[in-house]
Formats: sequence, C-alpha cells, structure tokens
Amino acid sequence: MDALELARSQFAITTVYHFFFVPLTLGLAFITAIMETLYVSRGEEVYKQMTKFWGKLFLINFAVGVVTGLVQEFQFGMNWSEYSRFVGDIFGAPLAIEGLTAFFLEATFIGLWVFGWDKLSKKLHALSIWMVALGSTVSALWILVANSFMHHPVGYELVNDRPILSNFWELIFNEHVMTQFPHTVLSGYVTGAFFVMGISAYHLLKKNNVELFSKSFKVATVFGLFAIVGMIMVGHAQAQLMVKQQPMKMAAAEALWDSEDPASLSLLTISNEETGESSVDIRIPGALSFLSYNKFTGEVKGINDLQKELESEYGAGNYVPSIFINYWSFRIMIGASFLMAFLMFVALFVWLKLKFKLKSKWWYLLTASIALPYMANTTGWLLTELGRQPWVVYGLLKTADAISPNVPAGYVMTSLAVFAILYGLLMVVDVFLLIKFAKDGYVEEPIPSTVNVTAG
Amino acid sequence: MDLNVLWFILVAVLYAGFFVLEGFDFGVGILLPFIGKKDEEKRAAINTIGPVWDANEVWLVLAAGATFAAFPQWYATLFSGFYLPLLFILVALILRGVSFEFRSKLLSAKWRGLWDATAFIGSLFPPLLLGVAFANMLKGVPIDANMDYTGGFFNLFSLYALLGGLTFLGLSALLGALFLNLKTAGSVQENAEAIAARLWIPVFVVLVVFVAWTLVTTRDVLAFLAIVFGVISLTCIVAGYLAARAKRDGWAFGLLVAAIATNVATIFASLFPNVMVSSTDPAYSLTIINASSSAYTLTVMSIVAAIFLPIVLAYQAWNYWVFRKRISAKVEDLHY
Repeated sequence: MDALELARSQFAITTVYHFFFVPLTLGLAFITAIMETLYVSRGEEVYKQMTKFWGKLFLINFAVGVVTGLVQEFQFGMNWSEYSRFVGDIFGAPLAIEGLTAFFLEATFIGLWVFGWDKLSKKLHALSIWMVALGSTVSALWILVANSFMHHPVGYELVNDRPILSNFWELIFNEHVMTQFPHTVLSGYVTGAFFVMGISAYHLLKKNNVELFSKSFKVATVFGLFAIVGMIMVGHAQAQLMVKQQPMKMAAAEALWDSEDPASLSLLTISNEETGESSVDIRIPGALSFLSYNKFTGEVKGINDLQKELESEYGAGNYVPSIFINYWSFRIMIGASFLMAFLMFVALFVWLKLKFKLKSKWWYLLTASIALPYMANTTGWLLTELGRQPWVVYGLLKTADAISPNVPAGYVMTSLAVFAILYGLLMVVDVFLLIKFAKDGYVEEPIPSTVNVTAG
Repeated sequence: MDLNVLWFILVAVLYAGFFVLEGFDFGVGILLPFIGKKDEEKRAAINTIGPVWDANEVWLVLAAGATFAAFPQWYATLFSGFYLPLLFILVALILRGVSFEFRSKLLSAKWRGLWDATAFIGSLFPPLLLGVAFANMLKGVPIDANMDYTGGFFNLFSLYALLGGLTFLGLSALLGALFLNLKTAGSVQENAEAIAARLWIPVFVVLVVFVAWTLVTTRDVLAFLAIVFGVISLTCIVAGYLAARAKRDGWAFGLLVAAIATNVATIFASLFPNVMVSSTDPAYSLTIINASSSAYTLTVMSIVAAIFLPIVLAYQAWNYWVFRKRISAKVEDLHY
C-alpha cells in the first residue's frame, strides 16, 4: 500500500473505532440522565440504582470514546497536512469551538458526576449528567458542521484558489448539517436504547432484579421508539438531499449505472465495476423517483452520465467511488434500521402485553440485537465518507491531494499498525468489562481494595 | 489589538494552561509507583485528580484545535513534522486515559498493577515529548519553502530539545508531588511531601539551564519580555522552594504554577513573531502572519472565545472548589 492508501486506511480504522463508542455515549448519557431525573423527582431508591448501574457501563464506554477522540484531533495535522492547509481557515474553527463549548462541558461535569454523589445536592448532581449529555450532543453538532463542509462546501469564497471563510452562519446552517446532525445524534440515541433494552431483556429472562430491569426496559423503549422513528425520517430527508448534493453517491448506493426517469430502486444488483455491467439487477420501477422526489417521476442520474459530467466540470479522472461498498453499506444500514424499528415495537409488546414475563430463550435475540445499531452506524459512515470519494472536500479538493507529503509511508504504516493493535486490545478489554458488569447486575459499592499490589 | 498577535497570545495561554493543569495530573501518574505500596494509597492519589484530569486534558485538545483554527499552517507543519513523537504522545495519553477508568474495576492485583504501569508510562512520556516539541519549535527545525518539515526523527532529539523535555517532565513531577501534598492526608501526604522535598533542587537546576539556553536562542523582537518571563520563572521556583521549606504548601504550589506558566511564556515570547522556526532558511519560517487564518475567521473565533472562555473557567474553577477536601486512603471514599 502506498502512503495515501495507508493514511486512508488509518483514518477509516480510527474513525470507525471512535464511532463505536460515541453513539453509546450519546444515547446512554441521555438515558442515564432521564433515570436520575426520575430518581430526583420520584425519590424511589430503584431509580438511583438504575442510574448507578447504567452509569457504570456508561463510564467504561465513555473512557474509550474520549481516548480514541484524541487521535482524531491530531490526525488531520499529522496525516493530512495538505488538507489542513487547504481548509484550515474554515475547518479549524468548528473543531476549536467543539473543544471550547462541548469537550470542556462533558469532561468537567463527568468528573463532578462520578465523584460528586456525596458532595452535590441531588438536583445539582442530576444536572451534571444532563450537562454531559448536552456536551456530547453539542460535540456532535460542531464536528458535523465541519464534516458537512466536506460534503457540501458553503459559506466560503476562493482566494488564490483556496477557500476562505466568508459567512460563519452559512457554515453552521449548511443544509447538510440540518439532516446530518439530527440523523447522527438520533442514531446515538437508538444505540443507547438498544443497549439498555438488550441487557435488560437478558436480566428479565434470568429473573434478576426484575423491578430495576423492567423500569430500565420501559425507559429504553420510549426513548428508543422516538429515536428510531426520528432517525429513519431524518435519514430519508438526508437521502433526498444526497440526490441533489452528491448524486454520484446515491447512484453508487443504488448501483444505478444509467440515468432513469422514472428511476427504479434496487432490490438486488450485482455489478462488475470494471465493465459497468450488472449480472443481476432486480429493481422496483419508479420507487427511487418516489423516494427522491415524493412523486413517481423525476430523473435520477446514473453513474455513467455523472462520470462524464464530473469530468467535463472538474477535468479528467475517476469520479466513481466503490460501488460495492456504497451499495452494501446503504442496504445494511437501512435494513438494520428497519429491523430495529420493528424490534422497538416488539419491545413495546414485551412491556404492554407480556408485562416483562419472558420465558422463551428466543428473547435472547433482543440482547443480540444490540449489534444492530453498531452495524447501522458503521455502514452509515462508510457510505457517507467513501461515497464522497474521490473528493475530500466535494468539488474543491481530492483526497489524493490531501495527504502530508513529507510523512514517509513507513511512518504511516507504523502508526496504522500501532493504532490498529492498541484499539483492538482496548476493544477487547472494553467489551470484556461491559459484559462482566452488565451480567453482574446492580452491585453495591464501595470498590474493595487489593492486598499486596506491587509497586510500579 | 492585532488579531494575529491576540491569537498567538491565546494559543500560548492555552498551552500554558495545559502544562499547568495536566502538569500535576502527569505528576501524580509519574509518582504512582513511589507514592505508596498499598492499593488504597495508589487509589487515593488517583482519586485526587479523578474529578479533574479529563477536563484538564481538554486544554491540550483545545490548544491543538485553536492552533488549527487560528494558524492552520502552523498546525499542519507541526503535527505532520513531529509525526512519530506525536504518535508516542497519543499512545501514552490513550493508555493513561483508560488506566484511571479500568484500574479498580477488577480485584486482581495483576490487573491493577498492569493499569498502574500504563498510567505511569502514559503520564511520563507526554510532558517529556511535548517539552521536546516546544524546544524544537523555538530552536528551529528543517522546514522548506512549502512550510513542510524535511528533517527525520533523530534530529528532533538534540541536547536542547531533550533538556526541554526533561524540564517539563521535572516540573510536572514536582507539581504532582505538591498537589498530592495539598490534596491527601496520612501516609500518602507524607510520601508526597518527602518526594517534593527531594525534587526541588534537581528541577531548579534543569530549569535554570533550560531558561538560560532558551534566552540565548531568543529572536530580537521580544527579547526583553522573554528575559523578564524567564527571570520571573526562576524567581518563582526559588520562592516556591522557600515556601515549601516554611511549610507554606499552598504558596509553594501556587509559585510553582507561576514558574511553569512563565516558563511557557518565556518560550512563546522568544518565539514571537515566528510560530515555527526554519533552520534551513529563516525566510521559510512560519510566522503569525503567514501561518494564520483570515481576519474574518480570527474575528469569529475571538467572539466565540470571549463568550465561552469565561464560562468554562468559571465551571472548571467550581469543579476544583467542590473537590477541595483532602482525600485519605479509605476505601469508602474512593470512587476510582
């Protein structure tokens, strides 16, 4: 692999890893805050136990989310210095604002929350976890403002062929942000909901602490229902925007080689990307036009026409991203999402009809369904980032021109290996701890001491 | 005031804030093997920084982010140029971050010993390597006409740079000891006091040599200011030592904080108006002008900073106030 491919692989791995932990942070912070608020308002001890139980799992996950995030802040400069130089006037600001308004908030108040049970009033302590939830949500906003600029550059003017910020409000209120932000945050909320629901289902099956886990299940279900429905609706809006703003991404996601009006939706397409021929192409006529434009007519451009258009606009080159990755990421993301929506209604059934009396071992599938949001989150990001290729900033800068020219491939190979191994190990430890403490159920404190710890 | 100058100062303040606040976090981690043999003693030490270390680390994230926003060329040259050292720093910070959270989760002595070791390493290398980085920024490294670093790995470890690293390492260790002396009770506090007593003189010696060498490397523009900061830094550490001898522990801590902050100020005053010095050709150096963002961006950032920085400082200060009590090595009181 050359330096570019190594740098891209590293960015992909570190970002996908980071985004394993972030959605759970987003969702579980909110859910824990709801539980503590119920404790403060209702005064029942079980809500405090719920807060402490889910909070403990939250913290294990939060720690890894924070440390994997450090790498992100540094990686732009380290591996993508040409990119940083090119967009720095615009891209750096939301990152700095993210640090100032979001990271400080969540980092400070998480300390107050973990250590302040006996020092803060009940209300103030509950407020702390709300501040953590707010901080992580605001963090998502600013990073998505930055990311949205990459997909749909706005609020800038070109000075000596370099974009310079000309309108901060346009940057923030980028149409892309308006769908990307709620979609991403809601996906985090869905992740939290499934995490809580799945683990609660496990304990309900085992008849452990039924009061704590049925109440947790209820919170997760209400939260999750709103979140999954919202997430799908905003996702749909985002897809409609994608047809307008990044038509090649949609064409690839649909494996639509030739422009169609009305445009058909793919059920199953298997294409040879070299030749542009599809060996299998089962499609629903008109459905893609309907999804794109809310009516059964309207042209959706195909890959071949778009390639020609982009070449005439931007010069010679390959403007077609990986069809395979885009097509299957899109499908897996959407498939997982609809399955999740269905399961949330199943959860409602468990609550209202079965009243949490679970007998069949099939219900462990609810626990297994914790994997679904992770699949959707990851494929969603693969789609949106890899579908933008060959651009790193759409229409302005190609990924191939963005890497640090002075960093040897050997260095990148080193960092790629180091991060892959370190993150892998952290993942193992993280999952091990999460499973252990999830299975243990609620345990009273304090943490006991170890005898004979050897000096450093 | 000129926006470019303002943001140079702000970036310097952010790095100074980071070296102070994370200084004692790193120090506590570095002292972990020496602060006590018992599990609850080590836990007490970690619990002193437990509520604050994460927010302290954000100062580094913000310093990097502010550098990116205000001086994108500086960010690009510095971070791509010092690639491998930054990689080590990141690995260290990652290990440290999870160590505090994971350490007491299991009862096993081997498990806790492992995370104590990673906390130690994760606290030792960042101040060392960041000190090296700052020394190099000032001293000058090979940078070409495209603002790209063209040196290798080993020329980042000159004697001056290593001295810079050792200075920040020593200051962190000492500050950590003073912090523990203020924040703990019982055996931990006694150990911290004893360690601090032994660290003052070696750290002072290293600092004197580093400050002197730094001032010799100073450019002309702010030479006087750099000298003033340097002298204040040395005066503060001497005064801090005397305060410690007189058992005025709060003063000792505060004076060392001032010594660290003014040491950072010395470096930045010596650097001004450059942000990265090219040893290849002074014309290739990055300055507060050629490395900066547009006036519009700097203005937007200034407004956001003016609104939020005071708010952040307020709730961070409140955080310290909430946890002002001393921590003893009693298991019931330890959350980490």
